[in-house]
Amino acid sequence: MFHLSPPAKKLLLILFLTIVCLFISLPQNIPFKIKTLGIKIDRTFVRPNLDLKIGRLEIKKNFDLILGLDLAGGSHLVFEADTSKIPAEKVKDAIESVRNVIEKRVNLFGVSEPVVQTSSFEGKNRIVVELPGIKDTQKAAALIGKTAQLVFAEVEGASASAKLKPTTLTGADLITARVEFDQTSGKPGVGIEFNKEGDTKFAALTEKNVGKPLAILLDGEVVSAPIVQEKIIGGKAQISGSFTTDEAKSLTIQLNAGALSLPIKLVEERTVGATLGAESVQRSVKAGLVGLAMVLLFMLLTYGGLGLVADIGLVVFAIITLALYKLIPVVLTLPGIAGFLLSVGMAVDSNILIFERFKEERGRRPVADALEISFGRAWDSIRDANIATLLTAFILANPFEWNFLNTSGPVRGFAITLALGIGISLFTGIVVSRNLLRVFVKEKKK
Amino acid sequence: MIDWMKYRLMYLIISTLVIGAGVFSLFKWGLNLGVDFKGGAIIEYRLAKSYSTEELTQGIEKTGIAVTSIQQTEGSNYIFRFPPIEQAQKEQIKQGLEKITNNSVTELRFENVGPSIGPDLVKKTIIALIISASSILLWVAYQFKNLKFGVTAIIGMFHDSLVLIGSFSLLGHFFGAEIDFLFVTALLTILSFSVHDTIVNYDRIRESQKKVGGDLKFLANKATSETMVRSLNNSFTIIFMLMALVLLGGTTVKWFAIALLVGTVSGTYSSPFVSVSLLVTWDEIEKKLKRR
Repeated sequence: MFHLSPPAKKLLLILFLTIVCLFISLPQNIPFKIKTLGIKIDRTFVRPNLDLKIGRLEIKKNFDLILGLDLAGGSHLVFEADTSKIPAEKVKDAIESVRNVIEKRVNLFGVSEPVVQTSSFEGKNRIVVELPGIKDTQKAAALIGKTAQLVFAEVEGASASAKLKPTTLTGADLITARVEFDQTSGKPGVGIEFNKEGDTKFAALTEKNVGKPLAILLDGEVVSAPIVQEKIIGGKAQISGSFTTDEAKSLTIQLNAGALSLPIKLVEERTVGATLGAESVQRSVKAGLVGLAMVLLFMLLTYGGLGLVADIGLVVFAIITLALYKLIPVVLTLPGIAGFLLSVGMAVDSNILIFERFKEERGRRPVADALEISFGRAWDSIRDANIATLLTAFILANPFEWNFLNTSGPVRGFAITLALGIGISLFTGIVVSRNLLRVFVKEKKK
Repeated sequence: MIDWMKYRLMYLIISTLVIGAGVFSLFKWGLNLGVDFKGGAIIEYRLAKSYSTEELTQGIEKTGIAVTSIQQTEGSNYIFRFPPIEQAQKEQIKQGLEKITNNSVTELRFENVGPSIGPDLVKKTIIALIISASSILLWVAYQFKNLKFGVTAIIGMFHDSLVLIGSFSLLGHFFGAEIDFLFVTALLTILSFSVHDTIVNYDRIRESQKKVGGDLKFLANKATSETMVRSLNNSFTIIFMLMALVLLGGTTVKWFAIALLVGTVSGTYSSPFVSVSLLVTWDEIEKKLKRR
């Protein structure tokens, strides 16, 4: 029979875990090219996606790293709502409705996975909109920021002293709006369709104003004022102004999503182009590899064989951490990568603490005992010391979205990677290297 | 065993000089606040080749928009700073540049922060600092159940914060380092790094207190000798990672990494030479008072 000591069994388990994590950590496509001694291999290994079906439970995972706006490219927009004209008790509902309308608009604009959140601090109400991978931020911001209040108005008096009298027929009475091209001029316009109530109002309005202009106002400005030829039933109308196709498209999105119940203003914008993001990723990977190599070398030179054990622990740390980023998933940002690199530097701390202790204890007792004692004593210090960093990470990450703390994607990314790094380094620094050392030390004894 | 505590006066002088320089700079030049706090716009463009900042300034100012500063980062990448701008002005700026560069302008990054954002960030930062500092304070107090240990650890923490803020005032004046929300993040992280080493050192003092006994000065020397190599080695590995980030990581995270670097070095220094030194001094004064 083949007998394994408990530490060896644990090591096997760790090895298994590491291999699973490595599988997840590696990029999906790995090109593999060999061209020597007449052998030519040129193929790409593709990792299959996880696609499990257990009864009704379906598990689908593609293990891709999720990159934040600063790495993948995209826009972070903050709008501030003007709540000065509504009573305080209605603000909350109004903001929520604004948020919903913005979300609809963004979805109709065709952005994948947008984030629309509200935040309020000292009476200032803001809506944060994150648009990944968007190129024309200016257009998106204009589309989101416009109130888009559509009102039909009667025109009273002669053209020189004409007065506009707004009616109750508004954008709220629409079922749908779409881009239409005028059949005679070919110019783009917006075709609208009223709901039942709107239809009744529109029919009455057109009947009353035959031969007169009927003004269509958007946010208080006249878009067009066609002369009514006859009473219109059937609930359809066309707004033809001097639109470009893009403008007509934006207007349909705004009308379909509904008007904003409060005026909003863009107060902050951060946009990162996809080129800069890709370069940042490359740079960070390079910095990470160089830093990692230096740490590995340093440990080897300073602690010899023990350093090698710490190095193995560190590589296992890096593999498990990356796998967890993909599994949780953690949205990786540039400061997030900095947090990861920082945690790599900190990960060997527990090993250093233990090894220094081990140097002292070795003179006093047998090696195996000295090892166990060093691990035991060092653990208290490591735990106590790291709790302060975890506290700070908690405040930076602001997981409960407290309004009195700042919420920023990049900073949150940093806090999460730092906290995860500390947690995993406790595991690899203690469990992995302890069991490795136990096995090695026992071998030496024999 | 090295008598670390013999040189306490020297540690005091070093800390006073470093913090003094920073405080002087703070009063003289203040902090170089970035757009996060002050409001304003940053646009990073990549141009086909290098141009002098005068040429670029002229090109933009022809459109009637004032430029705060232009900074060439690497290759032909330029960072332009403006007061807060409107969307339409951004187009004008680009057109102004396209005229002098024959249409080879690529926008890499755009940040535009209105003036209402900064004051909120200041308040939220202060709240975050108060919560962090007091929760760390509570943790240290709970850990050591002893006023002397707790207070000296926290003084070490303030020491490191002052060193970091002061050195960024100097770096801001001489090298254009800006105070942005990443700096605040670094500052908060440094608070916890600062007490990290101190806790390890104090743990050793208390362990020896139980086992060996002796006066606090002896115990502090013993603990400092025992933890010095660990403390240095651990800082080295962190410094390696941060140096790699400073040198290779690109402009966006450079100052963030530098802030963490300054904090790490100061944190390593302050544990034995500020916190532990103060602890020993406090103990000695207390004893003298009791004798009288």
